[in-house]
Amino acid sequence: MALALGLAWGVPLTAQTAMRAGSALVGRVAPELVRTDLGGRRVDLKALRGKVVLLNFWATWCGPCKVELPKFAAWQREYGAQGLRVIAASMNDTQAPVRRYADGLRPGFPVVMGDAKMGRAYGGVLGLPVTFLIRRDGRIAARVDGGADLPAMEREVKKLLAEHGNGR
Amino acid sequence: MRFEKLIRVTGVGTAAVILLGMSGPRADAQMGAKTVSTASALSIPASARIEPAALQAILLPGGAKKPLVLQVGSHVLFEEAHIPGALYAGPGSEARGLERLQKAVAGMPKGKWVVIYCGCCPWTHCPNMGPAFAKLRSLGFTHVQALYIAHNFGRDWVNQGYRVESGK
Repeated sequence: MALALGLAWGVPLTAQTAMRAGSALVGRVAPELVRTDLGGRRVDLKALRGKVVLLNFWATWCGPCKVELPKFAAWQREYGAQGLRVIAASMNDTQAPVRRYADGLRPGFPVVMGDAKMGRAYGGVLGLPVTFLIRRDGRIAARVDGGADLPAMEREVKKLLAEHGNGR
Repeated sequence: MRFEKLIRVTGVGTAAVILLGMSGPRADAQMGAKTVSTASALSIPASARIEPAALQAILLPGGAKKPLVLQVGSHVLFEEAHIPGALYAGPGSEARGLERLQKAVAGMPKGKWVVIYCGCCPWTHCPNMGPAFAKLRSLGFTHVQALYIAHNFGRDWVNQGYRVESGK
């Protein structure tokens, strides 16, 4: 019955349910993420267990995103020794503007190209920015939609970094 | 500054007279210039906006005449989820996107009902809606509406339980 209703008007149920799953990911292990960054380096979220990961979905045309990214770059420098790892996944349609922006920013963290599949895996990334804070054990601690309250997010990052002491 | 004070005092009507394409308290709160560039979604008059709930009702199967719905934002986000039946015709912030938009409506009668939407980020920051709306009007289309997405497509459409489909 639910399937029939879902298909009544072009609704693949998997898409609809995935879209509303965003907040349901909090507390769960973050979905797999394996990409090659703009510098050709492999980025594997699973390999970052033991670190606190800030995974940010952004795009060059997103104004609030470009307010956040320099801050995330500063946090990477400041908290990297304690175990913070930032990953920025661009939802741009093409790589060229992302490269130009990243070359200017020199963020000090990997920038990868996201896509629809990654967005769906992460519970629907249908507006930017979206930031996930991921604990050292790989579980998602928080999902932040829209431009963040950066001081509050920084406090949360520090709390997560303190959970198991210094980074390994 | 003088113009901002005048808007706060007199509200929508005077703002619309003084400030090209501006209307509504939301737009007024964002104003900082005498006129609003068509690069901004704020340039779209409130009379041309349609709320998500209203569009959702119109698009339900059966009944009334349906508009042509065009997504004029990011293709990655379109692929992730879009309004059923919508065509991709963006990004409005880029020349190639406006060409795509022009092709999408080529040969259509100028009275055709067209609804454009984006939802990449908050309305006040959207770089795509303003240029897309202006393009369609410049092509002579007289019945163009802009889906007013205050926050983003995920929050204002998907999370409201409105139908979506995925794919290119």
